[in-house]
This record gives sequence, C-alpha cells and structure tokens, in this order.
Amino acid sequence: MHEVSLATALIDLVNEQATAARANRVTRLVVEIGALSHVDPHALRFAVDAAALGSVAEGAALQIDEPEGVAYCLDCEASVPIAARGEPCPRCGGGKLLVQGGDEMRLKEMEVV
Amino acid sequence: MCSTCGCGQGDKRVEEIHHHHDHHGHHAHDHVHDHGHEHLHEHVHTHADGTTHSHPHEHGDGHSHDHAHTHEHAHEAGAARLISVEQDILAKNDAIAAENRRGFHAAKTLALNLVSSPGSGKTALLVETLKRIDGGYPVAVVEGDQETTADADRIRATGAPAIQINTGKGCHLDADLVRTAVARLGTPQNGVLFIENVGNLVCPAGFDLGEAHKVVIVSVTEGEDKPLKYSGMFAAADLMVVTKTDLLPHLDFDVDRLVANARRVNPAIAVLKLSAKSGDGMERWLNWLAGARALRLAAE
Repeated sequence: MHEVSLATALIDLVNEQATAARANRVTRLVVEIGALSHVDPHALRFAVDAAALGSVAEGAALQIDEPEGVAYCLDCEASVPIAARGEPCPRCGGGKLLVQGGDEMRLKEMEVV
Repeated sequence: MCSTCGCGQGDKRVEEIHHHHDHHGHHAHDHVHDHGHEHLHEHVHTHADGTTHSHPHEHGDGHSHDHAHTHEHAHEAGAARLISVEQDILAKNDAIAAENRRGFHAAKTLALNLVSSPGSGKTALLVETLKRIDGGYPVAVVEGDQETTADADRIRATGAPAIQINTGKGCHLDADLVRTAVARLGTPQNGVLFIENVGNLVCPAGFDLGEAHKVVIVSVTEGEDKPLKYSGMFAAADLMVVTKTDLLPHLDFDVDRLVANARRVNPAIAVLKLSAKSGDGMERWLNWLAGARALRLAAE
C-alpha cells in the first residue's frame, strides 16, 4: 500500500529519536508490522532503504516483526488468532469478530552509536 | 498531544538500556552516608573507560545496597546503545488528525472522510447531495485527487465552497494536507465538511484525517467481494453507501452478498443503498447526514 509514506514517516521518527539521543548513527531498527496492517514487508524494506539514504539511518539493519492477528469473537466471548480480516472464527466458524491486535505499525526500538 | 514531534502524552518513553555494562563488576563505588532513617548519599562511579561521575540518591528506611538504577552519562564513541521507542510510525499524522478533530468539534462541524475505489460515483453523489441540501446548512468540500481540479470545479458549480488537494504521486490524503486545506477554505460552522479522499481502497484506511466517520462508497458495478479484498477500509468505516443502484437490473450483482461480506469484516457497519442519478435512496442518505449532524450539534 503506502509503503513509501510509511517509510518516510518512519525515517522522520528515527531522525527525531536519534537527535534526542544525541546519536551519530543508527545501526539497527526494529519495527512491528502486524499481519492485519496491509503493509507488505518486502515493499516496506525496499522503501525504508531508499528513504534512509542520506539520513542517520542510512544502511541500518531493519528487523520487521510481524505479530499475528488477534480478534475477539462475540460468539465465543474469547480472543482468537486470525490470519486475515474477514476470516471466520477458527473456533466456532462465526463471523462476528472484532480485531484486537495485529494491525500495529510501530517503531519498537533502535540501536544507535 | 505534542504537535511538534507527534508523541502522545505519556506515550513517548525513551529509556536507555546500556549494553555490556556490569555495574557491579566494573565500577568502584564510593559510598558516603550516615545512617539516619531518610538520607541522601553521594554515589561516585568510575567506569571502565575512565569516566567518573557522581550522583546523589536517597534511601528510605531499611535500604539495601544493590545499585540497580540506570545512569545518565556520556559514552565513549562507538558504544552501541539500544533505544526503546515504542511509537506508532504514523504518530505524527495521528497527532495532526487529533488537532483537526478538536477544531471540527469546537466548530460543531461534522467531518466525513469519503473513501472508495476510483469511479464509484463519489463526486456524483456529492454533487447531488449538495443540490438537495441546497444551503439548508453550511457545507464545504475538500477534494483529493492526484491531478486536476475537475472535481472541485464540479462541486463549486453547485455553489458550495470547495478546495482541491492534488496529491501528485501521493495515493491518499493525510491530516496535514487536510489541515492546510481547511485553513484556507474555512470550517463550515454547525455544518458538514465532506472530505473526498483519493480514489483508492487501500492507503487512505491507515491515515486518520480527524473525521467523525469514514464513509466507504461502493458501486454496484464493482465486485461483491470488495470488502474481503480491501478489508482494512471496510473495517475502518462506520457507513457503507452502495451507489448506482439504478443499474442493478442490468447487472449480475448481489447486494445482499456485498452487505454480508462487509459485515464479516465489520459487524457494526451501517449500510445505505442509493442512486444519485434516479434519486432512489437519496432521502435516507440525507437523513443519515442530518442525524449525524444533529449528534455533533448536541455534543458538548
């Protein structure tokens, strides 16, 4: 989807954090891109490499964690794992699911020098 | 929320975790303290790299001397540090969206973010809607497209104030573009602001603009499985408007299946079916708008 916008926003955030931490260089980024977030990790990786050029994060290793989708099933009254939105509940086969997690797009941590 | 860096209050937490430091193994600890019940003591560290620093700290009664606190100090060049950020990548957009939302709330403006595929009939629906509102309450339209002012021109022809945002290569509107547009156009006090997003069912789902509701528009010339293919958008919308229903007799389109699919990704989504061309269902849509506007006017 909008991997380029996301990558730009990510590098902006990284720049701010690096400045605040008085870091010279960012060597590793750990981001969390949930399975339900509609972001393609491969496209994001490519876009981040491009967005990082000329920034403190140029050449930084990018670790992408992909937490699975979690939804609350109104019929089971329980949290269940789901691979995609619109999929039935894996326990009861029902469709009344409210997404609880797995749609995050977060910068978790970064390693700086 | 901080409008400079986009952090939420209490959300921004930068903790420094030091690598390769064993505070007990490498530090000489000089403790000067007298044993009162509450006391300060000076704490002098000498690091492996030769830097020395001191800091006071306070013990309560029955203190223990394992020094598990973290230290704020300069590092030798080249030492890697891990910074815990835990911040949403789109936090900056979300902060501006929150600012927009506060502005709309203060002006008692109902802001709607209209999203759809290209060609769903968003602009046609808007033009017909504005004609029917006919100055009954204040309205304004923000038009998002990659290129041209064609859509804003169509809206302005109805007499409603409109502003075009051309996103160029951008595939969605973001909160900052909307903030700029609204600053120029003016917020319709006690009225409705229609934000017509770029025709795209993927990207605009992730970008909050400060709207009260996302309204997803699907025409009957599209597929019934759109909600499953583009679930993020249907999950984020409060209302689905099915357009071009006048074409149904000519098509093999199952509206019930579309609605069932939308409810699979969003059990709470409201649904309206209409044709801007024939006028069928337009009254219900205008009632929905009037109801949503009434709620906004009634809110403190």
